[in-house]
Amino acid sequence: MNLINHDSVVKRMKPRLSKNIFSKWIFLALTMFILLILGVLLYRIFSQGFGYLDLQFLQSLPSRKPENAGVYAALIGTMWLMAVVAPVSLLLGVGTAIYLEEYAKDNWISNFIKVNISNLAGVPSIVFGLLGLTVFVRALALGTSVLAAGLTMSLLVLPVIIVASQEAIRAVPNQLREASFGLGATKWQTIVRIVLPAAIPGILTGAILALSRAIGETAPLVVLGMPLFLAFLPRTVLDSMTVLPLQIYNWTSRPQAEFHALAAAGIIVLLFMLIVMNSIAVLIRNKFQKRY
Amino acid sequence: METSSATAKINNPEEKQIVYKTKDLDLWYGDNQALKKINLDIMENEVTAIIGPSGCGKSTYIKTLNRMIELVPGVRTDGEILYRGKNILDKSYQVEELRTKVGMVFQKPNPFPKSIYENVAYGPKIHGIRDKKILDQIVEKSLRGAAIWDEVKDRLNQNAYGLSGGQQQRLCIARCLAIEPDVILMDEPTSALDPISTLKVEELIQELKKEFSIIIVTHNMQQAARISKKTAFFLNGEVIEFSETNKIFSTPKDKRTEDYITGRFG
Repeated sequence: MNLINHDSVVKRMKPRLSKNIFSKWIFLALTMFILLILGVLLYRIFSQGFGYLDLQFLQSLPSRKPENAGVYAALIGTMWLMAVVAPVSLLLGVGTAIYLEEYAKDNWISNFIKVNISNLAGVPSIVFGLLGLTVFVRALALGTSVLAAGLTMSLLVLPVIIVASQEAIRAVPNQLREASFGLGATKWQTIVRIVLPAAIPGILTGAILALSRAIGETAPLVVLGMPLFLAFLPRTVLDSMTVLPLQIYNWTSRPQAEFHALAAAGIIVLLFMLIVMNSIAVLIRNKFQKRY
Repeated sequence: METSSATAKINNPEEKQIVYKTKDLDLWYGDNQALKKINLDIMENEVTAIIGPSGCGKSTYIKTLNRMIELVPGVRTDGEILYRGKNILDKSYQVEELRTKVGMVFQKPNPFPKSIYENVAYGPKIHGIRDKKILDQIVEKSLRGAAIWDEVKDRLNQNAYGLSGGQQQRLCIARCLAIEPDVILMDEPTSALDPISTLKVEELIQELKKEFSIIIVTHNMQQAARISKKTAFFLNGEVIEFSETNKIFSTPKDKRTEDYITGRFG
């Protein structure tokens, strides 16, 4: 005897198939909605700012007159910021990830640390700003310097880099470690010669995404009291500076409409930098992707 | 003196040294005892097979011989394993030094994601050999030793993952030969390979035993019968029987050994 009645299966076929098609359109509609919002945003920024985007804009210092103003100081400032954030956050982040994945014993202390690092990734950036203000700006008396801003941003992106590096290191198959140990390699040799080279694509992808976040963050720098208007470039890491998002923030808060257009042009520059960095991340991932 | 030892050799050509002497070895994973009072003497320059059903402790035992078992959290051992007369379970025994003398070939081929050349040169390099000429010689000698030289000599700089499974396993054997070990441990080296690759690895083992002492875990009994001189039968963490392979397979002393090799269980 049959437990499945094939007639009723056929009868139920139609609603099943229409649900199937319906769900496809729902998801398509959701995706389109998101794209539309993004499109509107981009359209507004480009229509407003594109006309102001020229070499003069990229090469001028900020000015009270909108026709003379440019993002040069902010652009250079952002690069200075990256020059501090990239090495500091990579060294600390990858080092921590190596310790947690390769050395730390699996006990409650290391689990506690791991959970808290993930939690840190979710802490609002303004809180990191307060931390930076207390520790770097005031206690260490670094003032509103490149170094103070860079260290604060490093702390902000550190959890992201640690988590990404941990995942990349964990993805390296254990059999490779065993093969290395089996040949008499020490733990350190195994990490440097086997684990890290295999984990590098994942680590770099995470690092670049984290740096992109640092480029766009404004709130912590406002809390640090970084100058919004600065008509000179930093010469050392102890000099004061301004960065792109701050410059944009400054322009949008001016009453003149021309400055709003400048802000839009600044956003285009910022978006361009982000796209470049994200593309590098994708390229690295594709180029080094290995199968085991 | 010389004459007398030479005579002794002629009179008794089978006279060989013990490489591994295991005395009352116990091993626990947490509270679970995996090895019970193991006593085995493994001779040099011959193939010793370890057979037994899954979970009998044969892999655990072979991984204890180069202390790879320490990578498993919560492992405790008791007893002694003397390698060339020294207890390797002693805390003062340098595990890295042990592993330069005792190479290991794993169940699944596990080449590094590097070129064929770099795979073989890895061992010598970590032990401080930098001279390119010497490395070249080691790589060629090892690949020839593992009977894979002719297949890969024109593509030494290509990624090892481009090789077939059987070639990868022979590459792993070459990688192991490159550190010029004294003993080679093989943990089911052919279980992931097709019959032809298996045959090649078995032929290779016959060649290698002239120079190396080989301990091989296998759950293919025909394989044990084909390639080994002595066989140890493990069951539930104990050595049930250990003797000449032909004796074990023709006239086993223990009922359980007989049941296993005739395929009544396991």
